[in-house]
Amino acid sequence: MPQPPGPREVLSADDVRRALTRIAHEVAERNHGTDDLVVIGLQRGGVWIAQQLAAALTDIAGGAPIPVGALDVSFHRDDVGIRPIVPGHVTDIPVDLGGRAVILVDDVLFTGRTVRAALEALNEYGRPRSVQLAVVVDRGHRELPIRPDYVGKNLPTSREEDVRVGAEGVTIS
Amino acid sequence: MKHLLSIEDLSPSDIHGLLELTDHMAEISHRPIPKVPALRGRNVVSLFFEDSTRTRTSFDTAAKRLSADTMNFAVSSSSVNKGESLRDTIETISAMGVDAFVVRHRSSGAPQQITRWTQASIVNAGDGWHQHPTQALLDCYTIRTGLARHDGFDGLRIAIVGDIKHSRVARSDVQAFTALGAHVTLVAPPTLLPPSLDGWPVDVSHDLDGLIDDLDVLYLLRVQRERMDEALLPSVREYSAMYGLTPARAARLAPHALVMHPGPMNRGVEMAVDPAELPGSVILHQVTNGVAVRMAVLFRLLGAGEGL
Repeated sequence: MPQPPGPREVLSADDVRRALTRIAHEVAERNHGTDDLVVIGLQRGGVWIAQQLAAALTDIAGGAPIPVGALDVSFHRDDVGIRPIVPGHVTDIPVDLGGRAVILVDDVLFTGRTVRAALEALNEYGRPRSVQLAVVVDRGHRELPIRPDYVGKNLPTSREEDVRVGAEGVTIS
Repeated sequence: MKHLLSIEDLSPSDIHGLLELTDHMAEISHRPIPKVPALRGRNVVSLFFEDSTRTRTSFDTAAKRLSADTMNFAVSSSSVNKGESLRDTIETISAMGVDAFVVRHRSSGAPQQITRWTQASIVNAGDGWHQHPTQALLDCYTIRTGLARHDGFDGLRIAIVGDIKHSRVARSDVQAFTALGAHVTLVAPPTLLPPSLDGWPVDVSHDLDGLIDDLDVLYLLRVQRERMDEALLPSVREYSAMYGLTPARAARLAPHALVMHPGPMNRGVEMAVDPAELPGSVILHQVTNGVAVRMAVLFRLLGAGEGL
C-alpha cells in the first residue's frame, strides 16, 4: 500500500502523554526520588515538554513542585554564521544548578549538535551533579557521541524526513 | 544585514527584531559568567576619531561578551597624526583581517564612505550631526522594557528637549520612536532647532511646561557648552529655567513617566534635580541596556547568517 501524501502520525496525543508519564517514573527511579531535580527544556520544541514532565514529576513527588526552566543555545552553537539563527525563548534558569541533577529535555534528538551546545551553555549556570537527557523522539543520525537517557520513541528516519512533535502527537513527513 | 549606518535603513520590523534579540543578550549579561562563544574568532575594531568613553567601552564590552576579539584604534597615537588618509587607515587595518569596524567620526557620512573601502561590516557609532543608531536602539529598548511596551509605542507621548539641531541622538531617536508608533514633540529654543523640519514626523514646542504633565517619556539632551560661545543660548541659567528638569517640573511628571538622557549629563543645567532621587530616571538603565543592544547589533551583523 503506498503511503498517503502529507504528514503521517506515528504517536497520538495520548501516546505522547503516556510516554512523558513513563519517562517521569524512569527519572524518579534512576534518581531515587525527585530531590534536587531541575527540568530544563531546550528552546522552542523542548520547553512545553519540560513543563509537562515537571508537572508529572511533581505528581510523583506528592505535590512538591519541581523547578522547570528554558535554555536557548543559539549563542553556543557550532554553526554560528553558517546558517540563520533565530533565537526562541529567552533563557530562564530558575535555580542554581550546582549540585543538582539536570534533566535536559528536547522534542527530537537528531544530530546531537543542539545537545552539545546545551551542555556547554549549562556550564555557565553552575556545576550540576549530573545531566540527563530526555527526548520524545530519537530519530538517529547522530554526528557526535551523545545518547539519550530517556526516550519516548525510537523512530528510524531518513535524513530528509521532517519529524514534528506537538501536544497533539508526533508526525513524520 | 551587512552594516548599521542609520535608523532610516531599518524597517519597524527590523527594529522589533533587534529589540527581541536584545532580550536574549540582556539575559546573557545577567548570567554568573556573562559570556557566550557566539562570535569566537571574529575581529571587531573600534575606530574613534572623536572622544567617547561610554559608547566605546559599551561596544568593547558587547564584543567581549560575545567572545569576539577586539582592538581599539587610538587616533591620537596613530599614523593619522602623520597625515595618513582615512582611506589608507581603513585599508591598512582591513588587511590585518577585520570583521567589523565600529566607527565614530566628526563628519556626517564618514561610516557610509568607509563601506566602499573594506569588506568588513561597519557600525556607525556616531557621525557628526547625522546619526547614532545604537543610541536610538538602546533608547527604544529602555522604553520598551521600562513601560512594558513590547508590541510598539502606539500612543506614547515622548518629548525630546534641548539642542535638536546639533544632535545626532535626536535625529536617530525621532526616526526610531516614530517608526515604532510614538508621538514625538521636540522642545527647544528656536536657535537650537534645525532650519527646516520638513519631513520630520514631529510636533514642535517652545513651552515645556505646557506639555510636561502628559508625557510618558521626557528625553533630555545634553547642552553643549560650546553653543554658548556661538551665542545660540543666552545663558546656562536661563536655559535651565526654560528647558531644564527642575524640581518643580519633576513634581509634575506622571508617576509612570520615564526620564532619559544620553549622557554625559550637565547637572544643574538640563538636569537641575538629582537624578538619583527621580523615581522615573532610567538613565543608568540606558547604559546597561546599551551593552545588550550592541551585542544584538554585532551578533546580527556577524553571527546571524543570512535570512534572520
